[in-house]
Amino acid sequence: MCAAAYDEMLDTTGGARAHCVRYFSWLRAQPAELLARKRAEADALFHRVGVTFAVYGEEAGTERLIPFDIVPRVIPTEEWQLLAAGLQQRVRALNAFLGDMYHDQDILRAGRIPSELLLCNAQYRPEMQGIDVPGGIYAHIAGIDVVRADGAFYVLEDNLRVPSGVSYMLENRKMMMRLFPELFRHQAIASVEHYPDGLLENLKSVAPQGVVDPVVMLLTPGAHNSAYFEHAFLAQQMGIELVEGQDLFVRDDFLFARTTRGPQRVDVLYRRIDDDFLDPLAFRSDSMLGVPGLLTVYRSGHVTVANAIGTGIADDKSVYPYVPEMIRFYLGEEPLIANVPTWVLRNAADREHVLAHLAELVVKEVHGAGGYGMLIGPAASAAQIEDFRRRIIANPERYIAQPTLALSTSPTFCSQGLAPRHIDLRPFVLSGREITIVPGGLTRVALREGSLVVNSSQGGGTKDTWVLES
Amino acid sequence: MLSRTANHLYWMSRYVERAEHLARLLDAHYRLSLLPRSPEVLMQGWIATLTSLGMIAHFQSQHGEADPQQAMQYLAFDRTHAGSIMSCLGAARENARAVRGTVPSEVWETLNATYLDARDFRSDAGDIGVRTFLDWVKYRSHLTRGVTVNTMLRDEAFHFASIGTFLERADATTRLLEARWRDPGGAGERLGVDASEWAVLLRALSAFEVYRKVYRESVTPLRVTELLLLNAEMPRSVHRCLYDLLGNLQAVRNSQSAETERMAGELHAQFRYGRLEEMSSVGMPQFLDRVQRRLNTLADRIGADFLVAGYSG
Repeated sequence: MCAAAYDEMLDTTGGARAHCVRYFSWLRAQPAELLARKRAEADALFHRVGVTFAVYGEEAGTERLIPFDIVPRVIPTEEWQLLAAGLQQRVRALNAFLGDMYHDQDILRAGRIPSELLLCNAQYRPEMQGIDVPGGIYAHIAGIDVVRADGAFYVLEDNLRVPSGVSYMLENRKMMMRLFPELFRHQAIASVEHYPDGLLENLKSVAPQGVVDPVVMLLTPGAHNSAYFEHAFLAQQMGIELVEGQDLFVRDDFLFARTTRGPQRVDVLYRRIDDDFLDPLAFRSDSMLGVPGLLTVYRSGHVTVANAIGTGIADDKSVYPYVPEMIRFYLGEEPLIANVPTWVLRNAADREHVLAHLAELVVKEVHGAGGYGMLIGPAASAAQIEDFRRRIIANPERYIAQPTLALSTSPTFCSQGLAPRHIDLRPFVLSGREITIVPGGLTRVALREGSLVVNSSQGGGTKDTWVLES
Repeated sequence: MLSRTANHLYWMSRYVERAEHLARLLDAHYRLSLLPRSPEVLMQGWIATLTSLGMIAHFQSQHGEADPQQAMQYLAFDRTHAGSIMSCLGAARENARAVRGTVPSEVWETLNATYLDARDFRSDAGDIGVRTFLDWVKYRSHLTRGVTVNTMLRDEAFHFASIGTFLERADATTRLLEARWRDPGGAGERLGVDASEWAVLLRALSAFEVYRKVYRESVTPLRVTELLLLNAEMPRSVHRCLYDLLGNLQAVRNSQSAETERMAGELHAQFRYGRLEEMSSVGMPQFLDRVQRRLNTLADRIGADFLVAGYSG
């Protein structure tokens, strides 16, 4: 399957593409044992530094590494410019959509998106209706998953709730510079290390009105969360406090942290906890991770929560097919990066087509994430296909379907040496007073031969991502 | 700073210090085992040590009438209880992990590497193996301290970490002395007869050369005790620890910590101005036991004043 996928580094004759000539000739000149040694060094360093994710229930010190591949993904200048413009456009439209959804809902009244799709959606938060958020920004940090298929870029998924992975972007770059400094001396590779500065600036720029020197804190579920490394890393890089729900409390309609010198007011909360767990008084009452009363403070405008509560309505898979329409509606522009063609199975015509072609398509659960709840038709057994058929017929509104994309590949180290593996890209888009994107992102790679699933929970790895400067 | 963060920093340092202390203690026992002593006498020493650590009951429930070898294993490698070196290194690491966003990366990386590498030591590698492990633990403790002192901002984080260090060290020194005074095989009952045990204690605390410099005379139990309790310049003496503890407590003073500071000052004053003869008039082990209790009270008060999540001013 996908034998002829576009390779990001090599052309169809096996030679390097123009923007990779320099790197590839360097790579070919490196003795195999040197590369093997560098790979082992990378693993040891990641363990030492603790760039790991915790696996629940396992003994301390057995945190796992996300496999790191030492062959970078290289993006030429002009491709990045197109991507950056397209991502900015998309995130602008998504923020406009969120503002509209939680205010006048013009787009529904104009009939551009079916109302029931949104208002009956579990991701829609009525608590947010009519609330003005600073700058009209809801998705302050967006991780947009982009793939290339048949030469063109597509947006596969928008992550607007608590997108993760940016720490790997930063640590992967640090690792590459440590392992292969010479590569960076001889090529102009755009720097990514200022991301935490940009993030902090961005968070400060959306502080409640009138706050002069805002106090920003990062809310984590705690050291047992699989993304804890990233939370600690970002807090440290930004020089802000890393807090857990138990460290915070609400008093007189303001949010405070418990400190050694008494209460400290918090103005901006960069939360890495899902909506459901943020406030046991408003959402899940069994949540021990959140802060009782936080929603009330938020609604009073006394604290900014980033990302805003209720952004899930914009990155829901059932809403995804309508993002191009949002771009047209709010910006009056045509999308610069296309959506992957998507069949919405609540629509009878789409459903009929999909049920007839299940073996060729990818079917996704609307609320699934992390590569779970997915059918990849060409790789599935007859039984799996029949299982999905039954599930679709029973609850069609829970599913969408897409063609099986021939995701582009990149040469990757495997047990048998260098071989092509499928990849995607998650750039991180920051929205505050302005929209910024650090040139690059997290490249994820499906390490199993032929696999299209890049999620780390499903055996995916990562690569450093180079954007070349001209 | 966050109370929870301060709490983790405090415990991180306590566990680092405790691991080092245990390594020194076991090192002393190792050295003793090379002296011409019967196994019974050696075991008496271990029982005194385990008693001073408050771990004798648990140890005996696990091992019954044990031998020195088992005691060594129990305190060095046994991860089924919280009191071994391995468990302390693990606890130090977990606390560091919880504040890795607050401390410099090098501090976390050092503690993480210490724990990861400690797991490679084999508990069945014999005397030389244990000895290598103990030396390594001390070395890693020096390294951790160096990284901490050289990279951390002198802010509250540093002060709370220091409070943990000095409180633990003061406590540890009193326990070491208590064990030596309680050990019928080597201490009180044969005062002045054979001071080898006391010399071994000094060596384990890296204090033998210090002793010679300060006293220029042969090793006696009372002099060793005086050095380790009252000498202001000796880094592991109780006097010195209380002095440093007090300074750090003053630096983090808040609206409810006045009484805690007063008690720390009172205890410090006793060691600064007190006389050894008066202290030992109730019996040295009894006196040391009282000091430990006062240190515990101090630790509880520090917890309540600064560290518990419930504190909201």
